[in-house]
Amino acid sequence: MSRKVKLRIWRGDAKEGKLEDVSVEANEGEVVLDVIHRVQGTQMPDLAVRWNCKAGKCGSCSMEINGKPRLACMTRMNTFAEDETITVTPLRAFPVIRDLVTDVSYNYRKAMEIPSFAAPEDLKPGEYRMAQVDVERSQEFRKCIECFLCQDTCHVIRDHEENKKSFAGPRFFIRIAELDMHPLDRLRNRKQKAQEEHGLGMCNITKCCTEVCPEHIKITDNAIIPMKERVVDVKYDPIRWLGSKIRKREGIV
Amino acid sequence: MNNDIKFSRYNFDVVVIGAGGAGLRAAVEARQAGLRVAIICKSLFGKAHTVMAEGGAAAAMGNVNDNDGWKVHFRDTMRGGKFLNNWRMAELHAKESPDRIWELETWGALFDRTKDGRISQRNFGGHEYPRLAHVGDRTGLELIRTMQQKIVSMQQSDAKEHGDAEKYLKVFAELTITEILKDGEKVSGCYGYWRESGDEVLFEAPAVVLATGGIGKSFKITSNSWEGTGDGHALALKAGSALVDMEFVQFHPTGMVWPPSVRGILVTESVRGDGGVLTNSEGKRFMFNYIPEVFKDKYADNEAEADRWYKDQENNRRPPELLPRDEVARAINSEVKAGRGSPRGGVYLDVSKRLPADEIKRRLPSMWHQFKELADVDITEQPMEVGPTCHYVMGGVKVDPDTAAAYQVPGLFAAGEVAGGMHGSNRLGGNSLSDLLVFGRRAGAGAAEYVKKLASNRPAVSDKEIARAHSHLNEPFTRDGNENPYALHDELQNVTQDLVGIIRNEKELSDALEKLESIRKRAAQVKASGGRAFNPGFHLALDLENMLLVSESIARSALARQESRGGHTRDDYPKMDANWRTINHLSKWSGKQVEIDPAKSSMLPTELIEVFEMDELKKYYTEAELAKGGN
Ligand SMILES: Cc1cc2nc3c(=O)[nH]c(=O)nc-3n(C[C@H](O)[C@H](O)[C@H](O)COP(=O)(O)OP(=O)(O)OC[C@H]3O[C@@H](n4cnc5c(N)ncnc54)[C@H](O)[C@@H]3O)c2cc1C
Ligand code: SF4
Ligand code: SF4
Ligand code: FES
Repeated sequence: MSRKVKLRIWRGDAKEGKLEDVSVEANEGEVVLDVIHRVQGTQMPDLAVRWNCKAGKCGSCSMEINGKPRLACMTRMNTFAEDETITVTPLRAFPVIRDLVTDVSYNYRKAMEIPSFAAPEDLKPGEYRMAQVDVERSQEFRKCIECFLCQDTCHVIRDHEENKKSFAGPRFFIRIAELDMHPLDRLRNRKQKAQEEHGLGMCNITKCCTEVCPEHIKITDNAIIPMKERVVDVKYDPIRWLGSKIRKREGIV
Repeated sequence: MNNDIKFSRYNFDVVVIGAGGAGLRAAVEARQAGLRVAIICKSLFGKAHTVMAEGGAAAAMGNVNDNDGWKVHFRDTMRGGKFLNNWRMAELHAKESPDRIWELETWGALFDRTKDGRISQRNFGGHEYPRLAHVGDRTGLELIRTMQQKIVSMQQSDAKEHGDAEKYLKVFAELTITEILKDGEKVSGCYGYWRESGDEVLFEAPAVVLATGGIGKSFKITSNSWEGTGDGHALALKAGSALVDMEFVQFHPTGMVWPPSVRGILVTESVRGDGGVLTNSEGKRFMFNYIPEVFKDKYADNEAEADRWYKDQENNRRPPELLPRDEVARAINSEVKAGRGSPRGGVYLDVSKRLPADEIKRRLPSMWHQFKELADVDITEQPMEVGPTCHYVMGGVKVDPDTAAAYQVPGLFAAGEVAGGMHGSNRLGGNSLSDLLVFGRRAGAGAAEYVKKLASNRPAVSDKEIARAHSHLNEPFTRDGNENPYALHDELQNVTQDLVGIIRNEKELSDALEKLESIRKRAAQVKASGGRAFNPGFHLALDLENMLLVSESIARSALARQESRGGHTRDDYPKMDANWRTINHLSKWSGKQVEIDPAKSSMLPTELIEVFEMDELKKYYTEAELAKGGN
């Protein structure tokens, strides 16, 4: 059940590049990454593409497919019309290294700027007690596979290199929210810092990030909006106890 | 002498090759010991194969059933491995896993919880009690992210204290190591290239920790990511160390079988742990027919009892779907061979009739996703089609259990999937993630101690070693052959899949060795076309050599072992034989081929013999061993 498909692949490096047309076989059930691999195996052995798990779990194979930020390993070929030419290009918000591979180091720099989890000082390992309902909110954000598709799509930096300095981006807003909602984290001014130091204020809630997230994390509704709402409300409740064992800090919703 | 070789030079106390669970844990430990540590990985930071792990990490915390404890975990691990395990590793693992899991919480990990707020634990094949700490079905991701963030937090403190975040801990992502360098018999560093540019890099370091993971990419159908090319196994062999028991390869019983492009992708064992049942084309729950003698008293032989177990585990035996993986994989293989498979060559795994839809989505979110998006199957309504997939290698670098020091090469350490011994002939699910933490930590500590003892007596990297590494690395560009690395990789995968797979015999294994030899000759003709910058053809050309070495090691060990045990099944020697338990196969590199050296395996010490009933031990140990008693 194989058929020929037409692909237009961006090839080049930091200096220059162009779209190249190829025609290649595609079989039933295949994803875009399979077809790119076939191009690599048969026509362009040095075609640069990142991938790792081929199961939507590692977030390596991010690229733009017909202009949309997507995981190549989770984009089925049967979502395109038979005669459609599928255009694959590198992530636009980041500098190209070669072909479909971009320099995503911006994201790792931003990760360094977010204050880490501050463990409670009075609890030894093994003594942590948290209720499932309380960890679930942070767990949603910890599903993030760091594909950086949300970063790529966010208009604040997509075409505005100059904003990168002061804007952490949606991936790191959920990181801040995750820590902020962690029942045992000790740092108390995370929302404030998100606003003042990580550029939360530059986000105007277009929700594009949520739309592209392959993990279906509700970036805007569950992280950005609640943080923005609470940032104006400077009252912070101290740690409070729920029952005798399970404690949790006042969250943000 | 090396004026014409261009490379950048770094100097560290400890170089950790690998940023999966084992590598990250090793790096944290070595840094905490005050050393300067490099972490090197082939992918971006945070993408290592460990992110794919789903089900959980086994640790006898006793949160769900307080009968659990390290002795029970130890017993299960030895049973699962058919007693070929290095008992000391299994003992350390069982004792230390709980601390390693609890420690992750202090670094920010958020495991699923019990009702009283502790870490929840789930059932898994071969584990007597619910034992796997987990986060839905993305436990590996949680481990990686937690330790990645721990490393960031250590770097943040270093930035504050020393003005340089990377003073003590530096990550080199997308860099492949191709050579271990030695000064006499001691490690002096390692050599490799940046994937992005192809530029060469020298690391001077007295201690190198291999944490390179598995070998799955040598097989056609595998659950492994592309990184699983057995680099660390090959590096250790070529550095003069040995691999132990490479014949034992785990085929996970449940990989996806359709569509073809996703064949092999894992269907987590939690599906069975949470109630999923296996049926054949006749609608029969066939696992009841495959309960081996040694497990008869632990597994239910009828559906009613098996079903009751999910509610009442005290008074019922467990369902046979939860037998160790080797048993289930062979059973599926037999059903398909007997013509009772599904149309696409698998069997059915159904959880839709066992749990309500929203419960399935909550407990198995990535599975639901995976089938929905890749196969158009809604697992809350339909059964999945599954079949065996190459998943894990039990064999690996022979190490000292306490320090993770590699056999016969001072300064070389190994931990995680690349190390051998811990799991014997078959690994229990969940025992890898805990293994990464326990032995990753021990490797980091072992390396740190070794470096401190060396003091200023550090081995030196000679120009000759650099020249050797440089010339090897450049072969894909300098030779004038015309073989295509992708095509050869494909052929290699077919040979291992067809001839060194789940069921083996002498003829096929000999055949495989001949074919591997001819592929090796052709691999020496592989030419990389294009430039040095991010060139996957070049990368594969180098990885291919490693996969060939590993495949040869597996095939030779498999040919030598004339019995069936765990992840090694011979249809010409279908029985397990206690005399073979006394032997470990060491693979060594002669410079031309892999050679197998049989070594004596050790007997349990007296205090651990007491963990078992004598009747059980009789199934595994020879009469002479038992008469002599413990070590
Ligand atoms: C789909 C799936 C699900 C699983 N689920 C579970 C589970 O639920 N529970 C469980 O216990 N186990 C599970 N396992 C097994 C477990 O995930 C692996 O055994 C384990 O993650 C291996 O970890 P590691 O640290 O040894 O190596 P890996 O995580 O494989 O990491 C290897 C690292 O080494 C680097 N590397 C390799 N070669 C080189 C080189 N030449 N130069 C530089 N860097 C190199 C790689 O880039 C990578 O960073 C699962 C496995 C799979 C495939
Ligand atoms: S909602 Fe905010 S963060 Fe998300 S894409 Fe829009 S501007 Fe960017
Ligand atoms: S939040 Fe979603 S889109 Fe953004 S990096 Fe994480 S997984 Fe990717
Ligand atoms: S390859 Fe891992 S997400 Fe696509």
